[in-house]
This record gives sequence, structure tokens and C-alpha cells, in this order.
Amino acid sequence: MENILEVKNLHVSFDTYGGEVQAVRGVSFDLKKGETLAIVGESGSGKSVTTRALAKLIPSPPGRIKEGEILFEGKDLATLSEREMQKIRGKDISTIFQDPMTSLNPTMKIGTQVMEGLLKHNKISKKEARKRTLELLELVGLPEPEKRIDQYPHQFSGGQRQRIVIAIALACGPKILIADEPTTALDVTIQAQILELMKDIQKKVDSSIIFITHDLGVVANVADRVAVMYAGKIVEIGTADEIFYNPKHPYTWGLLGSMPTLDNEEESLIAIPGSPPDMLNPPIGDAFATRNEYAMEIDFVEQPPMFKVSDTHYAATWLLHEHAPKVEPPLAVQSRMKDNLHANVPEERKKEGDRS
Amino acid sequence: MGKYIAKRAGYMLITLFIIATFSFILMKLLPGSPLTAEQKVTAAQRAIIEAKYGLDQPILIQYFKYIGNLVQGDLGVSFQLKNQPVTSILMAGVPVSAQLGIWALFIGTFFGMLLGLLASIKHNTIFDYGANIVSVLGISIPSFIFAGLLQYFVGVKWGLLPIAFWGTPEQMIMPIISLSIFPMAISSRFLRTEMIEVLGSDYMVTAKAKGVSNFALIFKHALRNALIPLITVMGPMAVSLMTGTLVIEQIFSVPGLGEQFTRGVLTNDYSIIMGTTLFFAFFFILVILIIDLLYGIVDPRIRLAGGDD
Repeated sequence: MENILEVKNLHVSFDTYGGEVQAVRGVSFDLKKGETLAIVGESGSGKSVTTRALAKLIPSPPGRIKEGEILFEGKDLATLSEREMQKIRGKDISTIFQDPMTSLNPTMKIGTQVMEGLLKHNKISKKEARKRTLELLELVGLPEPEKRIDQYPHQFSGGQRQRIVIAIALACGPKILIADEPTTALDVTIQAQILELMKDIQKKVDSSIIFITHDLGVVANVADRVAVMYAGKIVEIGTADEIFYNPKHPYTWGLLGSMPTLDNEEESLIAIPGSPPDMLNPPIGDAFATRNEYAMEIDFVEQPPMFKVSDTHYAATWLLHEHAPKVEPPLAVQSRMKDNLHANVPEERKKEGDRS
Repeated sequence: MGKYIAKRAGYMLITLFIIATFSFILMKLLPGSPLTAEQKVTAAQRAIIEAKYGLDQPILIQYFKYIGNLVQGDLGVSFQLKNQPVTSILMAGVPVSAQLGIWALFIGTFFGMLLGLLASIKHNTIFDYGANIVSVLGISIPSFIFAGLLQYFVGVKWGLLPIAFWGTPEQMIMPIISLSIFPMAISSRFLRTEMIEVLGSDYMVTAKAKGVSNFALIFKHALRNALIPLITVMGPMAVSLMTGTLVIEQIFSVPGLGEQFTRGVLTNDYSIIMGTTLFFAFFFILVILIIDLLYGIVDPRIRLAGGDD
């Protein structure tokens, strides 16, 4: 499949009084047309910063893209001027933000907020834009759009607001839709609705989606491929099946092990010990080494390269080196890997899983 | 909306009545009377004058008489100014004070907002620091210092502008400038703080992610949200600027309300004190009502009762 976006060796830093915080340290990935790539990782792993850097939404100063390329349709976004980026933002790359309660302008009618992007990027009249807006609001499942288009954000519930935010993001039929934890701030039943909506919409508009989340249940539900981020780097990337059924990186094991499932009532959750490293002074070797029970000496000395597991599956852990001892993921993780199979994976994938 | 305003007008009358009652009582508690300063008045003369103005009657009777006249729009006559009706004295002072105040408010807020916008957009740069210094000076240095400096340099030393009185545009420049420094400093500070907060909010990122230009980001999205707290401080400030600023009016010999009020208090001129107090109160309540209506226009979350929904 054709790549719509290629990110190469992206570095993003923030200049603070304490020094340079290296939030993203050499991230490379590509995004194929029509696929959903999930980026997972705990808070502070750099997943939001990475995706905000794609649309150059990092506040600068203090933030800056230090190094790397963001290739979109042959253009390197990293080198584009602010004015050129304004033509791409909202039209080719749109973003859905985490908190619908704060991501809409409280003093502007929601219709105006949806229309704004339409009018900015298309040569259409206000009347046409309003018509398109009504269609968009219909598409995202907002009830009575004709009546509600002239209302203000405070007159909507959280779930409805997130639908409006999605309508804003979809307005110009973006080629890439970045969803930055779009369901985190919503309660569970609404979460499911919004996820369904996003899957629905992807079928209709054929955008590529980058889905940021720390909820692996959500990942299993929506993603074609998964990138696991830790301390500003991608530590493992592969298809959703590969990450869920054949994870290679100990950090991915930790994430899977800490995911609650309904089936195992007796089993306790496995926490990943310790806390993420200070990105002001990132460690020399593997950033995960101090929290990794399988860490070897080399982990403290040198950063592991990306080892190839399959054509689509890569992981940055010395455990994959030919001289490394054979290590199996912890039993709890293994059982969870099987649980996932029944609990969260959609129908078509369940069958595949059963076969393997 | 009409219903809401009618309701507020009703409350306004009640408030004014209470204020009239309290200031009447407080005024009577003050030692002395309008005649205290008159040394050459004999006891007999005093009795005649007191009888003429009704000051010999019990306070309760005086009070009801006053309220009765008030309802008919009669604020009484001044004791000191050759029996001039208080309404005509107010009529002479109010336009002057209001003119001075409105200009100062308008000019001060306009430049203050420019300064505040500049400081917030160029946050943490030399512009921000410069604007900060200007507004701290404006807040901390009393207006009469500026007034004195202006009078000395512009008026006396360079002879560019007249140093006193009111009427011609030249005479108006210096009092207006002196009076506008404080509202400028205040509005600049408030707008800067508020804009920095608004510019960092999530919905600004949403707007930016739509491809909105920087200009539209600031003027279409941010400014309206940043204005809300500014309205709160500017209301009472508008009242105090427009109802006569004692010091500035005194320095520039501006025949406004402030001057009349001071003279009224100094000479126990009951009707002047009551008249100006009631006028201040009325004006203040009116401005608060206007502010409340403005909130509804600027911020849709503050929907006033009787609105569309």
C-alpha cells in the first residue's frame, strides 16, 4: 500500500529554564493510505508531541523540531513556513483533541466553528458552507442539526461536543486524521459510541488515522497497526495482531500485563515498576532498562537498534539480538494475550487468532 | 430581554430608595448644619432661616418631606449657592464630568488594550516588558503627579497648552490625558493576563489546527474570550471616571461634579450632598445593568433571564 506520510528520525525538544527537554528522540514511522495506526504509551512518552509536531502545532518557543523529516505528499512539513502550514492544517491534516469540554471556543456558535475551516480551505459561499456543515453534523450523529447549528458549546453534552470536534476535523475531508486520545475524557458508554462513529467515518471518508491512546482495549478495537512509544522513541511497531499476540519488547509486555480484563477476576494486575525517565537528561542506554526485569548489561550502555521480527514488525530491545538469552513473556502476559483474543478483538480478527 | 430590563429597573428604584434613606440618616448624624460656618448669624436669624428651610422640624418629618419632593423629581435647593436648585447645579456639573470621564475612559481603554494585546502576543519579549513597565507606572503613580508634570512642562515651560479650565479642545487635552493613564494601565494588565491564558487554551489549538491564520486566531477567537473579565473592572471604573474625579477636576479647575461634591461636604450643604450621592448611586446602578447586558452579548454562557432560550 502507498505511504501517505513518512516520518524520519523526528526529534522534538522543548527549551526550558532547566535545559532542553527531549520529548521526542528519533521517531520514524510511516502511515499508509486508509489505515489506522495507533500510537500507545504512558503519559509523557511523547506520543502527543509526536503527532502535534506532524501538523506543527507545537507551541514555539519553547518547542521546536530539532531534526528529522515529515514527508507528506513529497513535501517536508518540517521545513514549511507557518503560512504554508496553514493551508495544510485542517485541509490535509486535521486533529481531534482529547478534551471536548475545552477544545471548543465557548463564545462562538458551533456552526461557525465547523464552517470556519470549510470557508478557509474551499472557495464556497457562506450558504454552501452552512449546508455542508449541516451534512457534517448529520454525519457525526448530532441530533437536530438545523436547530442546533446556531447553539453554543455549553449547550451540548461531552459526547455531543466530541462529535462536533470530529465534525470540525472532518470538514475538509482530510487525508490524515490525528485523533489525540479522543475518548479519554468521555465516560465508557460514550467512548464506545465515539469509537463506532470514528470507524464508521473512516469507511466513508477513507482517511488515514493516527490514533493516540493509552487504552489498549481501544487499540484492539480500532487499529490496523500499533506503535508503542516509550521515552520519546518507538520501541515496538507492528500490526495489531503482532503486537497483541507476539509482543517482543518487555515494555509492551508490561503494558499488556497491566491491562485489566473481565475474565481474570483472581489475577492481579502487573504494574510496571518505577517511573519514566527524566527527559531533561535521558539515560545513555535503553531508557527502559531501569524498569526492565530482563535488562542486560548492554541495556545500560547502548541503545538498542530496531530489530526486525517480520516485514511489518520491529522492536528495539537487545533481547532480539542473536546472542541474547531466550526470554519468554511473563505468564500473566501470555494469558492476557489470549484473553484479548476473546475480549476485545473484533470478529474477523478473532477467527484469525483462533487459527494461529 | 425587555422583561428582564423592567425587572432590573424595579430593583433599581428600591435600591435608590434605600440609598436615599441611609444617606439622609448618615448626613443628619454629621455634626453641624449648613449654618454652622456662618459666624455673624444671630440666634433669631438662625431660627428664621431654619424655619424657612424646614430644618426646625423633627428629622422624620424632614425625611418624609425630602422623599416626597424626590419622588416628584425635586432635589431641593442649595444652601450655599444662592438658593440654586440642586438639579440645575447637577445639570451644570454632570456634562463636564461625563465628557472628561468618557474621553479618558475611551482613550485609556483603547491604548491599554493595544498595549495589552501587544504584550500578550509578544509574550516574554522586550515589548511585553516595556508594556509591563508602562502599566506598573500607570497603576502606582497617582494621577495628580502626571497632572502636575504635564502642567509644568507642557503648560508652563513649553507653553503649548492652557493649564486650567474647561471648554476649548486645548483645555481638555491635559486633564483627559492625566485621567486616562490609570484606565490604560489597568486595562493593559488585565487584557495581557487574560489573553495569555486564552491563547494557551485548548480551543485555540483546535482553531489553529483548522488552519486559521494568526490574525483571525487573535481577533476572532481570543479577544472576545479575553474581554469578559475586562468588562468587570471597566464598569465601576467608568462610573468613577465619569462622576467627577475630585483631584483632577481640582488641579485643572474643571467645573465638574467632583468639585461640587467636595464643596457640598465641606459646607454641610445637605441638598447638594444628597443630590450628588443619589446621582452617583443612580449612575452606578445603571452602569452595572449595562455591564450585565454586555456580558450576555460577549459571553453566550451568561444568558440573561428572558433570553431566547
